[in-house]
Amino acid sequence: MIYTKDLSKSYNGTTVLNIEELSIPKGQSFGLVGNNGAGKTTYFSLLLDLIKPTTGNITTNDIVVDQSEDWKPFTSSFIDESFLIGYLTPEEYFYFIGDLRGQNKADVDALTSQFEDFFNGEIIGKKKYLRDLSKGNQKKAGIVAALIGNPEVIVLDEPFANLDPTTQIRLKQILKDLAQKQGITILISSHDLMHVTDVCERIVVLEKGDVIMDLETNPKTLKELEAHFASNAFSSAQEEE
Amino acid sequence: MIKHFLRLQWKQYFRSSYWQKNLALNILLVFFALYFIVVFLALGFGLLPILKKVYPDQDPFEVVNGFIFFWIIADLMIRFFLQKLPVMSVKPLLTLPVKRSTVVHYVLGKSAFSFFNFLPLFAIVPFGIMLGVEGYGAVLVLTWMFTMILIVLIINFLNFIIEAFSAETELSFLPLIAVVGTLYALDYFNVVSMTTLVGDGIIGIANHPILILIPLAILLACYAFNFKILKDKLFLDSSLKSKVTEVKAADLSWTKRFGDIAPFMQLDLKLIWRNKRTKSMVFIMVIGLLYGLFFYPQPMYRDMVWLFPFIGIFVTGIFLINFGQFIPAWDSGYYKMLMSQNIKYEQYLRSKFILMVLSVVIMFVLSIPYVYFGWKILVAHFAAAIYNIGVNSHVILYGGSFNRKKIDLNQRAAFNYQGTGAVQWIIGLPLMILPMLIFALVNWLAGFESGVATLILLGIAGIVLHKKVMKMITQRYLDAKYKMIDAFSQDS
Repeated sequence: MIYTKDLSKSYNGTTVLNIEELSIPKGQSFGLVGNNGAGKTTYFSLLLDLIKPTTGNITTNDIVVDQSEDWKPFTSSFIDESFLIGYLTPEEYFYFIGDLRGQNKADVDALTSQFEDFFNGEIIGKKKYLRDLSKGNQKKAGIVAALIGNPEVIVLDEPFANLDPTTQIRLKQILKDLAQKQGITILISSHDLMHVTDVCERIVVLEKGDVIMDLETNPKTLKELEAHFASNAFSSAQEEE
Repeated sequence: MIKHFLRLQWKQYFRSSYWQKNLALNILLVFFALYFIVVFLALGFGLLPILKKVYPDQDPFEVVNGFIFFWIIADLMIRFFLQKLPVMSVKPLLTLPVKRSTVVHYVLGKSAFSFFNFLPLFAIVPFGIMLGVEGYGAVLVLTWMFTMILIVLIINFLNFIIEAFSAETELSFLPLIAVVGTLYALDYFNVVSMTTLVGDGIIGIANHPILILIPLAILLACYAFNFKILKDKLFLDSSLKSKVTEVKAADLSWTKRFGDIAPFMQLDLKLIWRNKRTKSMVFIMVIGLLYGLFFYPQPMYRDMVWLFPFIGIFVTGIFLINFGQFIPAWDSGYYKMLMSQNIKYEQYLRSKFILMVLSVVIMFVLSIPYVYFGWKILVAHFAAAIYNIGVNSHVILYGGSFNRKKIDLNQRAAFNYQGTGAVQWIIGLPLMILPMLIFALVNWLAGFESGVATLILLGIAGIVLHKKVMKMITQRYLDAKYKMIDAFSQDS
């Protein structure tokens, strides 16, 4: 479904992402892990055509993302708070996104009503603007907005950050439920190894722009990942000495 | 500490993408500054001989001081629209070991070095020299010059007080209108003759240098008041946790008749109504509508037919110019989201276009009463409106694709009152002057009717070619997409 070939992105000669080949089949829940500067957000930005690749390209459903806009109807995303419109209420924001994705108010209401638990009564019907909500609540609204309009590809950058523990657990359940459904491809990135191994069927580790691990999730994956990042911390400590 | 601040400001200015990409605009600003300096110099040197000719039997020194009051009023008005308190991002400083008062002193002190304060010097100093040459006493001249500098600074700080109050009220122009109106009314209806009061006061100070303590005291009071206002604002919670306003949702379902662009129109209307910065535009529209009253009631302008289209463009296009030039920066805060959403660029731009056209039509209808001053004015306004719809709207949409400056609608910055400055008005000038020149030329060659017809034809040409032009503009936005996303994700 999502096929990446010879993709690289460099700024002033410094390469920040370099993926020779990466293929994500339809319906997979895909996790991207890596330290700061590993290229996670860069990859998602390239996938959403927010930045231009230096070489290569990404194809989703046989559509080259930086050449056609036809991938937009079936792709939705939440990267950061800049995806929100501060002067709208959450409901208005949902309806606006719904309008753009061909959903009427009733459709949107039907969808958001499934997330009453997740919202914890702090989003809907509060008569507050998004800009006045806390970071965590903004994130909740953004994530749910990314689920509007039956997307086939959902991209979430760091969905667990800024959320309280209860909400993190609820979000995991939501993502798992989505993954169960036929044909929805989920891409998330996270610093929380436990959460990604919990949610994702497959985990790719990026380091300084390169893919260095590509794992099918099994009960041992978490240990493997922890070992990898721990050895990183250890070796860099040695270098400093 | 001040040294650090200066360095921060320097970096903020030169490292912003705005500076690098708007070199032409900066050059234009410098050009304007030079122009005004020359004008003021000429005024400073030329005023004394002129006054002696016009009022041969009065002391020119007294005549000048009689006009100071009007200068103060005008200066206050101009500054309110053009001069803003130097913005500094204070949030990172609050947790550092920097005294709050240092930050405030720095911001206020810096404002004293504004160009607006230097400009009058170019008139005051030459005029003082001329006075000296004429044989006025050195002490008198020096005291006068010093008093004038104090008055300039008083205006400077008074303006920020007015702006601080207008930032808090819904009707943002009210404090200015209240202050200026009261002063003017007092003078006009002879309750208190402000002109002679100010004039005599300055002459009195010039004759008795010790009295200079009075303006000095006023200046210190203004400064202290500013200091108090700003220091109170320098807390995280007052700027961060700005009043959580309850939403008043209006029924916007009427926009549905515009079809597929309805979501964007609703968004734009909410944008305008729910943000302070955009809301002030509504009041600018009122000012714009009344702009013609500066000219038309006076017989001397009645025959300057070539001026009518200029005023017409201004009156009918004030929203277009103010709103249009920040497309798409209004949406800069969530531009990434829009770009990854399932939208057609053409719809997005068309929504803005329709909004501007609607505003032109509404402003034209509201300006119909100007027909009282002559039918030619109405005709010229009509032509200007058509020209605005057909030409200016497209030009400004096209220009928007060069926009690289983010607008922070959320107004977190503590010192960000309205965030607009002189640049905003300069961009609008070509839009108003070009049609005026075209009209003036044709009017001169072939008469009024031909001039009006030319403007209308240009406008209609634009309307006929609308589809094609929009296609070109859309392409231009698509080409600039990555650059805009990149620039809008940078702060300041």
